Amino acid sequence: MSVLILAEHDGKALNPAVNHAVTAAQHWGTPVHLLLAGNDTNVIAQAAAEISGVARVIRVDAAHLEHALAEDLANILVAIGRDYQVILGVHGAYARNTLPRAAALLDVAMVSDAVEILPGNTYVRPVYAGSVYSTVQNDEAIQIITVRSSRFKAAGLDGSAEIVTLDAPPAFGKSRWIGRTHQHSDRPALGSARIVVSGGRSLGSAEKFDAVLTPLADKLDAALGATRAAVDAGYAPNDIQVGQTGVVVAPDLYIAVGVSGAVQHTYGMKDSKIVVAINQDPDAPIFQVADYGLVADLFDAVPKLTAAIH
Amino acid sequence: MKILVAVKRVVDHNIQVRIRPDGSDVDIAGVKMSINPFDENAVEEALRLKERGLAKEIVAVSFGTAANQDVLRHALAMGADRALLVETEAQLQPLGVAKLLKAVVEREQPDIVLLGKQAIDDDAGQAGQMLAALLGAGQGTFISSLNIEGDEAIVTREIDGGTEQIAVKLPAVLTADLRLNDPRFVKLPNLMMAKKKPIETLNAAELSTDTAPRLKQVKVSEPPARKPGVKVGSIEELIEKLHEEGMLS
Repeated sequence: MSVLILAEHDGKALNPAVNHAVTAAQHWGTPVHLLLAGNDTNVIAQAAAEISGVARVIRVDAAHLEHALAEDLANILVAIGRDYQVILGVHGAYARNTLPRAAALLDVAMVSDAVEILPGNTYVRPVYAGSVYSTVQNDEAIQIITVRSSRFKAAGLDGSAEIVTLDAPPAFGKSRWIGRTHQHSDRPALGSARIVVSGGRSLGSAEKFDAVLTPLADKLDAALGATRAAVDAGYAPNDIQVGQTGVVVAPDLYIAVGVSGAVQHTYGMKDSKIVVAINQDPDAPIFQVADYGLVADLFDAVPKLTAAIH
Repeated sequence: MKILVAVKRVVDHNIQVRIRPDGSDVDIAGVKMSINPFDENAVEEALRLKERGLAKEIVAVSFGTAANQDVLRHALAMGADRALLVETEAQLQPLGVAKLLKAVVEREQPDIVLLGKQAIDDDAGQAGQMLAALLGAGQGTFISSLNIEGDEAIVTREIDGGTEQIAVKLPAVLTADLRLNDPRFVKLPNLMMAKKKPIETLNAAELSTDTAPRLKQVKVSEPPARKPGVKVGSIEELIEKLHEEGMLS
């Protein structure tokens, strides 16, 4: 029996978090297969085959798979899933959409957002916005789990997996893709950036959010993040929200600017290696998770910090 | 069009939950409980569809004990037409919830099932997708906008790095993200009126579904704490520390 990873990609490249999922998959000590579903996955499959520890890349190409609709991805997992001991995905929108659907079709429970995999099909996962860790044992015949990729190292790139192709099940047909809006810039992706500069409601407006944080992020080649309060106030787009209901990040350096530090936010950044907090309120809870705290007016401190970095 | 909205009763989001001394579970005795915030977004969106003339009837459903009447009253006070409480003492997990919901869907025959994208207690985020699977229906998850055109729900989904628009044939299962809407405040007269609306009660056993828990919670624990940090006195000191950590090279 093997482990199957639902490998997320955007039609051009694999999500780098898949490399971390491959490391998580080594836990079972059985062959690891990557499922690559899309419209033309040839180039991505070549790259996927180079990930160390992957034995097989399964390509499923069909026009109706181009936009990764959950119904169609789940049907592939149902078609081949019973041959696997474990079906694993990265805890992001892609797998969170598809894996619960596949689990129900296979009539097995699922474990979301595992931060640790223990012997005996036992997992540690955050609950209550990460303020509590729950250890759960899953006795299902097929283990379906999403993992928090930042908790697992990236696998190397000296593999040489076989690449096989599989016919796609017919299109489900009840969902139709219309379009996608990328709010992207040339910044590193939030989920995999080495440095994240994140702003809270204290920034006061979308203009100030941009004027204060963008130069610092530019200088550090950092991704921008935001709290839910800042997003709800319209200062920042929703896809950069860090926290319980947004993206979970674990960069080397997380700079929280004007962030109070509600648990719903710290859920999404507590695994960062170094946390810097700049906040005027010395009692802000963010200082409890910060390695380096600076009590200062952010409008004064951040431009000075930006200017001082070379 | 009929909309079924599923609401979960959870520990209020402002409460910091405590762990029982024996580590077997969290201790929620006597703690303030509320409607799951994402489910409140789902109720609100259903109401808006009704106000736009697109939906006729909104039915709220919750699973649990008689205590769950409070979240159903909340949904009624917001404007739901009627409520259904499916009583069970069982510790429900997402697959069990999806199976119960499927039974309710077969009874109520809604065109749309709306529910939150996740509950803020177990943070699993599975029930909606599982329900769609069991119904053989299309799914629109993590939605931040909803329109009905013909026999399709046109939704915007919040995905990593942006948003996506898809059309899902009705009947469909849709899960609400927080930015779908701002739920209305419940006014006191509405709450008083909601107390007069009947809540239909069913026993989960009547729905003859398998709700046995599949996952066994071994223990709960405090998450690892970050090592205590230091306050720096100036930008210069901060930069020096970041250099020492190798963060600015």
